[in-house]
Amino acid sequence: MNLLPAHMKEFMVVPVCHDIQINGRTIGLHDSGVLWWSEESTLIVADLHLEKGSSFARRGQMLPPYDTVATLEKLAAVIAAFEPARVICLGDSFHDAAGSDRLPVTYRAMLATLQLNREWIWITGNHDPVAPVRLCGECLSEYRLGGLVFRHEPSNDPQDSLGEICGHLHPAARVRRYGRSIRRSCFVTDGARLVAPAFGALTGGLNVMDAAFGPLFDRKRFSAFLLGDNRLYPFTAARLVAD
Amino acid sequence: MDARPLPPRFETWFASRGWRPRAHQLALVDKLSQGHSTLLIAPTGAGKTLAGFLPTLVELEARERPAPGSAGAAAYRGVHTLYISPLKALAVDIARNLEAPVSEMGLDLRLETRTGDTPTHKRQRQKTNPPDILLTTPEQIALLLSDPQAQALFSGLRTVILDELHALVTSKRGDLLALGLARLRRLAPGLRTIGLSATVANPEELRAYLVDQPDPETRALADLVEITGGAEPDITILHSRDRIPWAGHSARYALQDMYDLIKAHRVTLLFVNTRSQAEAVFQDLWRINEDTLPIALHHGSLDVGQRRRVEAAMAAGQLRAVVATSSLDMGIDWGDIDLVVNIGAPKGASRLAQRIGRANHRMDEPSKAVLVPANRFEVLECQAALAASRQGDQDTPPLRKGALDVLAQHILGLACGAPLDPDETFAEIRATQTYRHLTRETFDRVLDFVATGGYALRSYDRYAKLKAGPDGLLRISHPKIAQQYRLNVGTIVEAPMLKVRLVRSRAAGRKAPLGRGGRVLGEIEEWFIEQLNHGDTFLFGGEVVRFEALLENEAYVSRTASDTPMIPSYMGGKFPLSTYLAKSVRHMLATRSLWSSLPDQVREWLELQELKSRLPEEEALLVETFPRAGKHYMVCYPFEGRLAHQTLGMLLTKRLERLGMRPLGFVANDYALAIWGLSDLSLAISDNRVSLNALFDEDILGDDLDAWLADSSLLKRTFRNCAVISGLIERRHPGQEKNGRQVTVSSDLIYDVLRSHQPDHILLEATWNDAAEGLLDISRLSQLLARIRGRITHTGLPRVSPLSVPVLLEIGREPVYGEALDSLLADASDDLVMEALGQ
Repeated sequence: MNLLPAHMKEFMVVPVCHDIQINGRTIGLHDSGVLWWSEESTLIVADLHLEKGSSFARRGQMLPPYDTVATLEKLAAVIAAFEPARVICLGDSFHDAAGSDRLPVTYRAMLATLQLNREWIWITGNHDPVAPVRLCGECLSEYRLGGLVFRHEPSNDPQDSLGEICGHLHPAARVRRYGRSIRRSCFVTDGARLVAPAFGALTGGLNVMDAAFGPLFDRKRFSAFLLGDNRLYPFTAARLVAD
Repeated sequence: MDARPLPPRFETWFASRGWRPRAHQLALVDKLSQGHSTLLIAPTGAGKTLAGFLPTLVELEARERPAPGSAGAAAYRGVHTLYISPLKALAVDIARNLEAPVSEMGLDLRLETRTGDTPTHKRQRQKTNPPDILLTTPEQIALLLSDPQAQALFSGLRTVILDELHALVTSKRGDLLALGLARLRRLAPGLRTIGLSATVANPEELRAYLVDQPDPETRALADLVEITGGAEPDITILHSRDRIPWAGHSARYALQDMYDLIKAHRVTLLFVNTRSQAEAVFQDLWRINEDTLPIALHHGSLDVGQRRRVEAAMAAGQLRAVVATSSLDMGIDWGDIDLVVNIGAPKGASRLAQRIGRANHRMDEPSKAVLVPANRFEVLECQAALAASRQGDQDTPPLRKGALDVLAQHILGLACGAPLDPDETFAEIRATQTYRHLTRETFDRVLDFVATGGYALRSYDRYAKLKAGPDGLLRISHPKIAQQYRLNVGTIVEAPMLKVRLVRSRAAGRKAPLGRGGRVLGEIEEWFIEQLNHGDTFLFGGEVVRFEALLENEAYVSRTASDTPMIPSYMGGKFPLSTYLAKSVRHMLATRSLWSSLPDQVREWLELQELKSRLPEEEALLVETFPRAGKHYMVCYPFEGRLAHQTLGMLLTKRLERLGMRPLGFVANDYALAIWGLSDLSLAISDNRVSLNALFDEDILGDDLDAWLADSSLLKRTFRNCAVISGLIERRHPGQEKNGRQVTVSSDLIYDVLRSHQPDHILLEATWNDAAEGLLDISRLSQLLARIRGRITHTGLPRVSPLSVPVLLEIGREPVYGEALDSLLADASDDLVMEALGQ
């Protein structure tokens, strides 16, 4: 498989993950924004928002039509590096329900190549509540495996939060140092559940100090792992600031 | 000048006031009656505004009311004269001043204002039943032109008056206005324009701006009426007995002198360059204000209500002094000011002249001004500005080239108003001075951008905003697009602002909720609040406040007993030192005979520099290297303004890094640039490991610049402005701020995607043009590099040189650049890795 453009080759090195425990399972966090569960050879990615550009263009805002290819190239690089047996997309894989139908044929082929010889699970999200059309893969509203549960939106039921891996919120965190402030996408977790950052090229971030995260984590007892160049930067909640 | 007399009604009115029409007022009536567009250049107080309106009033007086339904009736119902001003307050003020002569002469005409504040029903009525004279702003012209009724509204238009033209043409608003004028000329052939302007360096450019440019080879010019003379302003530089500081911008050393000046005059206007300077001076003056003189503060970040109160008190003669920023630079008459004090660097000769013009709004009396340099370099700058003023030299910037994002906005506006013919529209736009450089190829790319986003991947053709009909004309594909356009019109993209609200302090450690609903003090830039921590103190609204919290879109602050703010917020002026003044300052440094006019302490400083190091030569570049406190410094003195210096600093740091010199950071001011690092630069230069000629070679503007810009936040901010103006992303409107989930798409992400997939996209081109001209000041930097080629003088020193002290003192006050964000993150997080892991 030779899908990788030259500028993506940097991802080809042996991936180094930051291992953490979620409900007793060892999960690797990668600085590209994906999760790697090596025990199950499973790659988990959240909020691809494919065809976001064209979704806006339909309504008269002509965002660049390059977001899908940018996202797929990045995904291809990650898949080539990990060679997972299974890929789980945590919902909002397409920016709107008609997104998979609009997907240009070249990108459809690109995606199909990525899906070859591996199990592929589409979790539905609020942006894409229906199964994608003319694409392989199983479509589920949630998926349970080995003590973990994969869904799009975090559950409100505290009983159900144990081992939950979700997306939806596009977490980002802000850190201040020497009078400058730095804001990055991040993983956020308290050891019981984990929210993954959005992977799509045109997806912004919501600060983890925002009220939307309030019900999910005890204000003081979570950690954020900020995405950096070739590594992650871990911070405890106390060190993070609001926007 | 042998002008015809005015109609009797006007002569009588002038006589009743004890006035006589002035020669330039009659000249303008004459020019206009011959159909000539005209630029009027006059100092303030010359009756410029009345001169502008006089031709219109004379014509409207003579007009016969046509029979209803006759051929002339339609034109009669349209607008006769448009008055366009950069400030809506100015439009309102002028309307008020004009009402008196109109009613006293009993003229049968209607004049109205139209601004963003005009109620919707009135705006609707203005379209169906327009006034004879409409006073408005460039944005409103754009809006009216995008209306399907534009043709009917403007076909009878005879005159457009452009007030404060010198200020309008320096920004993208001037581009928008140039395009609007071109369309007005097409709707109303024979239209005449009047430009009202302060003295400028190159009047030809403004004259060309005012008229149609049908011929690409020759430049058509409007007529010129210039009032020279008037009394010479009486300008002096404050010579305080106290020590003039090496650096800083507060001018605190001269406080008592300034206070004495205020006491000795009726009304004093004190101009400063930035909001925070205004805050500091205001606070300091009140601390020594033993006579409790009414001294007020006026700057653009204060609450509007408070600003209006200050202006009203000023006009009513209730104040003795106002400390103000450029928010008071323009136009409006504040009554009887008899002294202008300019604190800090004038930055430009013309800028200073315009500020001084605010004193004594009567032409025949001299304006009085005192310049207060805040540090030693500013003494030189003030001296240069004083010399320029005596010679009447001007240094207004040259006319800008029209921006492409503004063009995109305009094209969409035109298409909203009427079906658009690309060939005719291109010809119309090319006939403006501002866009005469535009090629058909670029125009077509902009058109394509408006229609489908202008992407090489033609995937949005089916969603096109503009669609060609069988007649070849482009029409908007949906009425919603016109609505979107109207929400997005204008070229001013505000930096996000937060309200500052005064609350009771939350005592340390106490968990009580913050009190809500305190008084709003004003607004402050979001980036400034972003860098604060709870408990930090800063100056705002004339007092030291303590930052409590950021809640939704408001910054909560409390009163504090401290009178020294912890967070300095100078951040430099918005306006870099003009090329003209910079040259004069270099000349003064290099010419000993000119030093006699300098204060003793400044002269001694220069003599000390000559003794310890050397003085910069006029056309060369002096580079000093010296060790200090375990680090190695390189200081150079280009005198090209802080923007060019910052760009140079970024580029030199990159080069030094590649040369293994381990640079740590740099700081720049208007005069000098200092870079420091861990390696011994003196040694590296002396044994030829580092060549200064190679370091400062012009090729630094090539690959190094591109590489640095690729990820520069400067460029991303510029891109955001272009994306908003061109309509690619929607404007953030007050009251519809982000609510929880971010709905808007981040312009940074769009920039990244676009840059890696279509680097030649038209919007990236527009961004680059903007940045090169504005934030990076590339043209000045490249002039500098050309000027100093082969003329770099290096001096290795054992210690700090006298001339370098001011810029070194900026470290800690000005932002220091050079450290990569990722290394900051690493620094912050490493010590916490374990803690973070031990969940």
